[in-house]
Amino acid sequence: MEELRKEMENLKDQITAVRKTFQDSTLQEAAAGVTVVGRVQLKTRKTLRGHLAKIYAMHWGTDSTLCVSASQDGKLIVWDTITTNKVNAIPLKSSWVMTCAYAPSGNLVACGGLDNMCSIYNLKGKDGNVKVMRELAAHTGYLSCCRFLSDTEIITSSGDCTCVLWDIETGTQKMVFAGHQGDAMSLGVSPDFKFFISGACDFTAKLWDIREAECRQTFGGHESDINAIGFFPNGNAVITGSDDATCKLYDLRADQELLTYQDPSIMCGVTSLAPSKSGRLLLAGHDDFNVNIWDMLKAERVGVLAGHDNRVSCIGVSSDGMACCTGSWDSFLKIWN
Amino acid sequence: MTIRTARPDRVQHFRPRMHCLKKLEAVVVEMQSGVKGSEQKLNVTTIPHVIIGKDIIAWITNKMKTTTEESEAFGTMLVAYGYIYPLQNHRKLVMCNDSSLYRFQTPYFWPTQKWVAEHSDYAIYLAKRNIRKKGMLEPYEQAHYNHLHEWLNHKWDFIVMQATEQYKYVNHPTERAYWIVNKPPRRTHSAMDSGLELLIDPNSDEKIPFDVYRRMNLFYQQAIMRSKVKSSVSLGALNKYVTTYKNHDPFLAPCLPSNPWLTDNDTYWTLNMRQVEVPTKMRVERWSFSLFELLSDLRGRDDFKIFLKKEFSGMGTFLAPGAPRWINIDGRTMGLTVKGLDHPHRYVLEAAQTHVFLLMKKDTFFRYLKSPVYKEIEKKALNPEPHNFSPAQLEQNAQNRSPGIHPLILWQQDEAEKAKAAAASAPVDVKALMSKLDRKK
Repeated sequence: MEELRKEMENLKDQITAVRKTFQDSTLQEAAAGVTVVGRVQLKTRKTLRGHLAKIYAMHWGTDSTLCVSASQDGKLIVWDTITTNKVNAIPLKSSWVMTCAYAPSGNLVACGGLDNMCSIYNLKGKDGNVKVMRELAAHTGYLSCCRFLSDTEIITSSGDCTCVLWDIETGTQKMVFAGHQGDAMSLGVSPDFKFFISGACDFTAKLWDIREAECRQTFGGHESDINAIGFFPNGNAVITGSDDATCKLYDLRADQELLTYQDPSIMCGVTSLAPSKSGRLLLAGHDDFNVNIWDMLKAERVGVLAGHDNRVSCIGVSSDGMACCTGSWDSFLKIWN
Repeated sequence: MTIRTARPDRVQHFRPRMHCLKKLEAVVVEMQSGVKGSEQKLNVTTIPHVIIGKDIIAWITNKMKTTTEESEAFGTMLVAYGYIYPLQNHRKLVMCNDSSLYRFQTPYFWPTQKWVAEHSDYAIYLAKRNIRKKGMLEPYEQAHYNHLHEWLNHKWDFIVMQATEQYKYVNHPTERAYWIVNKPPRRTHSAMDSGLELLIDPNSDEKIPFDVYRRMNLFYQQAIMRSKVKSSVSLGALNKYVTTYKNHDPFLAPCLPSNPWLTDNDTYWTLNMRQVEVPTKMRVERWSFSLFELLSDLRGRDDFKIFLKKEFSGMGTFLAPGAPRWINIDGRTMGLTVKGLDHPHRYVLEAAQTHVFLLMKKDTFFRYLKSPVYKEIEKKALNPEPHNFSPAQLEQNAQNRSPGIHPLILWQQDEAEKAKAAAASAPVDVKALMSKLDRKK
């Protein structure tokens, strides 16, 4: 047993050494020629009012003006962000909801939370009513995040340290991705839908191959729970946000951390993040009620969105990159541009 | 692999989001020597060690070298966590940049990850307040009190005894501040309201079993042997991607004719809908970035299909040699595919499909970009004039906002198109075709 532990430490050291040899350039050198972005000022264009309690999650639809948000008042609301109208207001069985997702086709939405289940709702029901289509129950811990792959498959991450791929038609688990040592807090799907990444409270992020149900790569380096995770728009890099108030950029092919986005004056943990369409800007929501905008290539802060009266719990950039939506515990959603 | 069974104690205990506490404490300790306190008269009493909001904000701005707004936000955070408490208006946990009065909270009441505010402590506090206020508690406090009285009834004598004892000694305002942070009244935003708790204890040192060690070592060995790319290559790729898309990022570059969020005019979205006859120049440019981008855009896919039809007029998408539709794939892939057909599974055509896709990416795609089909659409593509709305026109735009096409109608259009496409390309039974050919031979 002791031998195994020693071997493990040895291997870990070897990995660090190998990674160092592949680190032949820093971002500063690579991005030296890139023009500076300058101060980015985004203003609140719309405020979506209607929730009565903390908003825990939001997700944009793929057609760029609809989004869904989940709040602890027990409602899932689909908004038309341009007119600020509520397209659907779905009452939930359990109001302890922690996540929500919009299917790429726009036909389904999902949500889940402390009830340990992922409930799928069909928005395009025959008689216009929105009903529960499926309840996916098998997790032994709360549901922290869910994302659709299509109208028949969905991936969920849970407080029981696992992620599961479900078949929605039959309501069964197709695959279980186990390996994290702490609560899995968030997940992100790659643009080609072949991989997904999960961030957990064991301070690591893992890249999983959906087809083979294997963990392909593990990324460490954070000093506290990873609360938010996302793919860089080209699908070759991963961005993570953590309670230690930093965001890190990991490259999949180089298998290591490329950059850390941090500032001594930022002390509050990151709750959510979203890259802009070109990947140049990273928007990160924090516990200190602000959203910080980073220039991803230069690792400098280029803007702050201050407008919420409480913690920013979720953030998303629309699929055409035109607007960013932030949801907060003050029960409002704001659209920035 | 089975899902790891949860610990027997299902109740979630471990508070997340407390990593910043150590850093905040360090700042507060420094601040205590940095900001000058004085005696202030408030109502009838004189209170020592009072600090003024303005001074605090000035100190923060100086120390952290940030703007005033950020210092105000940071100051509010310190109040929301309970390190500093306001003397006037004690329910609003914000730091105001004026002559509002504050005091440092005693370290005993500082927030920590390990010590959670206990229910019995809160009951004792409410009992004390009850005595002090002679039964006139605030409504939210009364609600908590009644609930605790019912729930902790078995301990109530102890609680009342503690309350009467402590009432003589404990300093009232600091304790009150502590409870406002930990059990905030309605409409007070406190940072200790940390939300749902974690299932697995982040501080526990659970013994890792033998089997897990073995698997972890295997994983690390694989990790070492995995082929890696030099970081300069990755960075170069990221840089290239960002630069290529720079003009297509609405946060960084203006969009033509105008950004609907700014001018309330939908033209941009109407011009870029899925089924336009003529796409915009920016859209056509995006198609040239990568095959993935071209295929993700339905309009781009249509254009590519037209090109493919012209190029391979006659050639299509099926593998059987001599079949009416036959494409060129290498021998090995063909062998694998045919073998797979004996025991068909989901991915039997995978090898062939990947080969085709790679061919397309490396060869066909570039030929498409040089083809007359693409050049023609590039020429035809629209480049709308930027809008130039006067303030009055902007007002009108906002008022004339139409709700746009209802999503249900768009969905119906989509379904109709899908049905048409499905009917046009009914799949050929490959195995039947091949056996037919074999029989012919």
